[in-house]
Amino acid sequence: MSDYAVEALNIVRTFSDGQVRALNDVTLHVPTGQVFGLLGPNGSGKTTMVRILSTILSPTGGNALVAGYDVVKQPNQVRKHIGLAGQNATVDESLTGFENLRMIGLLNHLNKAYVLARSRELLENFGLSDAANRVTKTYSGGMRRRLDLAAALVANPPILFLDEPTTGLDPQSRQELWAIIERLVEGGTTVLLTTQYLDEADRLARQLVVLDHGKIIAEGTSAELKAQMGATVLALTFTSTDAASRAAPLVKDLSHQPANLEGSVLEMTVDNGPAVTAEALRRIDAAGIELSGLALREPSLDDVFLSLTGHKVEEDESAQPALAGRRARRGANA
Amino acid sequence: MSALPTSLSTHSPLRWAVSDVMTIARRNLLALARTPVAIVFIVIQPIMFVVLFRYVFGGVINVPGHSYVNYLLPGILVQSTIFGSVGTAIGLSEDLQKGLIERFRALPMARLAVLAGRTVSDLFRNVLIIVIITGVGYLVGFRPTGSVVSYIQACLLMLLFAYCLSWGFAYVGLSAPNSEAAQAMTFPLIFPLVFASAIFVPVASMPSWLQPFAIHQPISQTATAVRGLMLGTPHGHSTWIALAWAVGAVLVLAPLAVNKYRKVA
Repeated sequence: MSDYAVEALNIVRTFSDGQVRALNDVTLHVPTGQVFGLLGPNGSGKTTMVRILSTILSPTGGNALVAGYDVVKQPNQVRKHIGLAGQNATVDESLTGFENLRMIGLLNHLNKAYVLARSRELLENFGLSDAANRVTKTYSGGMRRRLDLAAALVANPPILFLDEPTTGLDPQSRQELWAIIERLVEGGTTVLLTTQYLDEADRLARQLVVLDHGKIIAEGTSAELKAQMGATVLALTFTSTDAASRAAPLVKDLSHQPANLEGSVLEMTVDNGPAVTAEALRRIDAAGIELSGLALREPSLDDVFLSLTGHKVEEDESAQPALAGRRARRGANA
Repeated sequence: MSALPTSLSTHSPLRWAVSDVMTIARRNLLALARTPVAIVFIVIQPIMFVVLFRYVFGGVINVPGHSYVNYLLPGILVQSTIFGSVGTAIGLSEDLQKGLIERFRALPMARLAVLAGRTVSDLFRNVLIIVIITGVGYLVGFRPTGSVVSYIQACLLMLLFAYCLSWGFAYVGLSAPNSEAAQAMTFPLIFPLVFASAIFVPVASMPSWLQPFAIHQPISQTATAVRGLMLGTPHGHSTWIALAWAVGAVLVLAPLAVNKYRKVA
C-alpha cells in the first residue's frame, strides 16, 4: 500500500447526460494520518468528490484508490475501511442514539457484543450518554452531528470522510466537533474534510485543495495559501461611492492583489495589517477624502476566491443539479 | 480510541445478507412501534370501507349464497394488505429523502438488504393489519364458514400477494421525488385494480365490457381465492392463478426495484 490513504486520479463526473461537469479532472493525494481539507463554495464539487470516494457515486472518468482499494472495482473493500458523516448522510430520526449506533455497527458486520460496547463507549466519549435512549428527533443540531460522527466511527475505520461536518452549527458545537476530529487524528485516523469555511480548514487541515466549479484552483498548506493572498483584509468604508473610487488608486500599491471596490467599500488583502492601515490612512487623509469606517479582518473564503479566481463566490446551486435537488428535497422536509 | 478489538466475525455472504435484512426490518418495525398513530391511520381507511359497504351500500348489493358482510370482509382484507404494501413506497421514499440510504450505501452491507428489509417489515405490518381488520369484521357480523386451516391459508395467500406487489412499490418509492408524490403515484396504479374487481361486488353485476378484465385481473383472482378459502366455497383455480400472479410479479418487479436502487444516488 502506498503512503496515501486516498488517491484520486483525474476524476471526472458529469450529470444530466454530460451537460453538467461537477468534477473536472480532479487529482488528490491524501496522506495517511492527517486531515486533508477540500475547500470550496456550494456547487464546487466537494460533495460529489466525497460521494465518489465513499462508493456512493461512480466517477464518469478517472480512478480512485481508498485504503488501496479501487472504488469502482472493489467497493465493498473500500466500505470496510471508511466512515462517512456529513450533510447528506444522516441518522435515523425515529431511533434512539444508541439504536442508531447499534444498527450501523450490525450493518458493518461487527459482532454484537463489540457493537454494544463500542456504541456505549462512543456515546460516552461524545457526551451523548444521557441522551442515548432518546429518539434522535429530539436532539439538537450539535448532538445530531456528534451522533452522526459517532455512527461513522462505530467500525473504527482508518479513513473518515466528513462532508461539511459543522455547516449550520453554533460556534460552541463547532468547537466541540473540531476537538473530536483532532483527537481522532491523534489516534491515527485519516480525515478527508470538506468545508466552506476557511477558519475550519485552517484550524484542522494540514493540506488543502481549493475547488471551484469542479476544478482544483489552488493547493498547498493553509499557510501557503494565505501567504499567496495576504494575511489580512483591510476594509475601508467611505462616505460615498465617489470618495471610494477616488481613494482606490491612491492605495493600490499597498497590496499585491487587486483591490475590490463595491459601492462605498474598498477591500484589499495586505501582508502587514497595522503598518499598511496607517499608511493608507495617511494617504487618504492627505487627499482630503472622508472615511466613515475601517476594519481589519481575517480573510474569508470569499477573499481566497477573489484572490485566486478574480471572482467572488457565486451562490450557484444550479451548477450541480443532482445535489441542488437533494438539498431542496431535504430542505422541504426539515 | 477504543481498547476493544474490532472483531470482525466471519460468516458466509448469504448469512450476512439475511442478518442485514433483519437489521433493517427491525429498524423499520421499531420506528412503526414508536408511532402507534401511524398504525391507526393505516387501518382507519379499511375500517371506514367496512362501515361504508356494510351499512351504507350493503343494503342494495345482492350476493348469491352469502350474507354481504361475509362476502365483503375477505375483499376488504385483500384491499387492506394491498394498500398496506403501498407503505413500502412511502417508507423508502422517506429514507431516500432524509439521506439514510446515502449512509447505507457507504456501508459494507448487502445491497439488497435496504429493499428486502423494508418489504419484510411491511409484511409484518400487513399481518397486524389482517388481525385488526378481522377483529373489526367480527364486530360487524363477519362469520367465516371455512376451516381454520383454510382461513390461515387465505391469510398467507394475500400476504404473499401483497409482499410481491410491495417490490413494485419499492420501485415507485425510489422513483418519486418525495413521499407524498410516492403515495400519489401509487394511486392510479392500484385504484382501477382494486375497484374494478371482485373485492366489493360480484363481477357479474358489472357491464359486460368490463367483466373480462374484472374477472381475470390479479387482485380479483386473489380476492376470489381468499373469499373461497375463508368461506369454504368453491373458487375454481383462483388460488393457483393468484399464486402465479404473485410469483410472476415479484420476478419482474424485484429486479426492477434492485436496478433502480443501484442507480438512485
